[in-house]
Amino acid sequence: MKKSNDTSEIDAVAHPDVTAVPTLSCHNASDVDRSNNSFSQPPRSSSWEVMACPDCDMLNRLPKESKAILLCVRCGALLHRYRPNSIDRSLALALAAFILFTISNSFPFLTMKKSGIFQETTLLTGVQELWKQGLYELSLIVLLTCVLAPLIQMLGIFYVLIPLKWTGRPAPCAIRIFRLVQEIAPWGMMEIFLIGILVALVKLGHMATIVPGVSAFSFGALIFVMIAAFSNLDPSLLWERLDLRR
Amino acid sequence: MNPRTATARQLGLMSCHDCRLLIETRNPQAPGRCPRCGAHLHSRKPNSLTRVWALILAAIILYIPANILPITITSTLGVKQKDTILSGVIFFFQTGSWEIAAVIFIASVFVPFAKLMILIYLSLSVQFRSTWRPKDRTALYRLTESVGRWSMVDIYVLTILVALVKLGAIATIEAGPAAIYFASVVVITMFAAESFDPRLIWDVIEEDYDGQPSG
Ligand SMILES: [Zn+2]
Ligand SMILES: [Zn+2]
Repeated sequence: MKKSNDTSEIDAVAHPDVTAVPTLSCHNASDVDRSNNSFSQPPRSSSWEVMACPDCDMLNRLPKESKAILLCVRCGALLHRYRPNSIDRSLALALAAFILFTISNSFPFLTMKKSGIFQETTLLTGVQELWKQGLYELSLIVLLTCVLAPLIQMLGIFYVLIPLKWTGRPAPCAIRIFRLVQEIAPWGMMEIFLIGILVALVKLGHMATIVPGVSAFSFGALIFVMIAAFSNLDPSLLWERLDLRR
Repeated sequence: MNPRTATARQLGLMSCHDCRLLIETRNPQAPGRCPRCGAHLHSRKPNSLTRVWALILAAIILYIPANILPITITSTLGVKQKDTILSGVIFFFQTGSWEIAAVIFIASVFVPFAKLMILIYLSLSVQFRSTWRPKDRTALYRLTESVGRWSMVDIYVLTILVALVKLGAIATIEAGPAAIYFASVVVITMFAAESFDPRLIWDVIEEDYDGQPSG
């Protein structure tokens, strides 16, 4: 009655390359850092690595640089995804995102026409309007999730990746910046804002004409470029390159 | 636990929350910092369940005014109309745009409620040491973590309406008091999902297995 069904389900989820770590042999795995805070040399690289699943703590042994998507043998969490030329690709995409971001913030976003009156808005008008109405917290939440978080993500990617690409050495405080980039990621909600625009268009459709501006289109493109830039980022590669002990 | 396999904790290892480096811990009570990235180490998220319960409670309390109070106040030619989240959904449904009604209902009413219920269920299942379908419960957790952000849709609709509809005496839209409560519910449930540690689901199963004679 107390038996879990973990063993029976291993084959259903596991890629043949991923194996659970046998209790005894794990102590020989080269990737386990046994120095505990003594800031020794980084472990020598091998073609296999042992990784604890972030969702269930199971030790998985997986091939490094595999081209497959590797899942945890026990709970199915994503452990590894193939990201070739990660640094070049995410830098190029982040640059494209930055250009689109600048366009989105400098041109009219939506224009409303009603009985000869034109009401033009930019991306920030809503934020300013909420602030004027005294809803400061709400205004800050919208500013953070739709403007600041994506901006911090893009600038953070530049700050961490550019020195790695051209000098091979990490920038000062690159670890702190990269941690910020990863922590702020769930708070960037531009794609949800886009759905919000669609709903608002339908809601106002019966009372006025709404014309989307240049910004609205560049914003739509920005969302896809931003997602692509972020999914090409390879955290495990970057943590290896940013290692404090190097 | 299957005796052939092991978790990091069973072997006295910890994996860094930020960079995933596996580290041997000699003193699990004060593990210190990760040698690779400098993050504070912990085997499980500290005080996970206490934090989740506190945040769930706060979210439930705020969920009530978020749904009762008006979220938009529309003035058309001097006539004021107050809309709650639900009356907005009903308006869309009656005017024939049922897709939009469905989007708003799912994002603003169903998702926050379902997310709270799932977090309550997961926390209770850990506290009552459930061994039932741990893999599905972990998947449920991952789902909760990823869908919560979609509830922000209504806040963005409001932001856009407030910016666009400023036609003086003809029509203006103002944000109602429910908006800040609703945004708080979304933000707090995101923190609650982040505070929950899915490894607790599996710890129960390993401890049960370890307590039994092998074979
Ligand atoms: Zn797992
Ligand atoms: Zn670390």
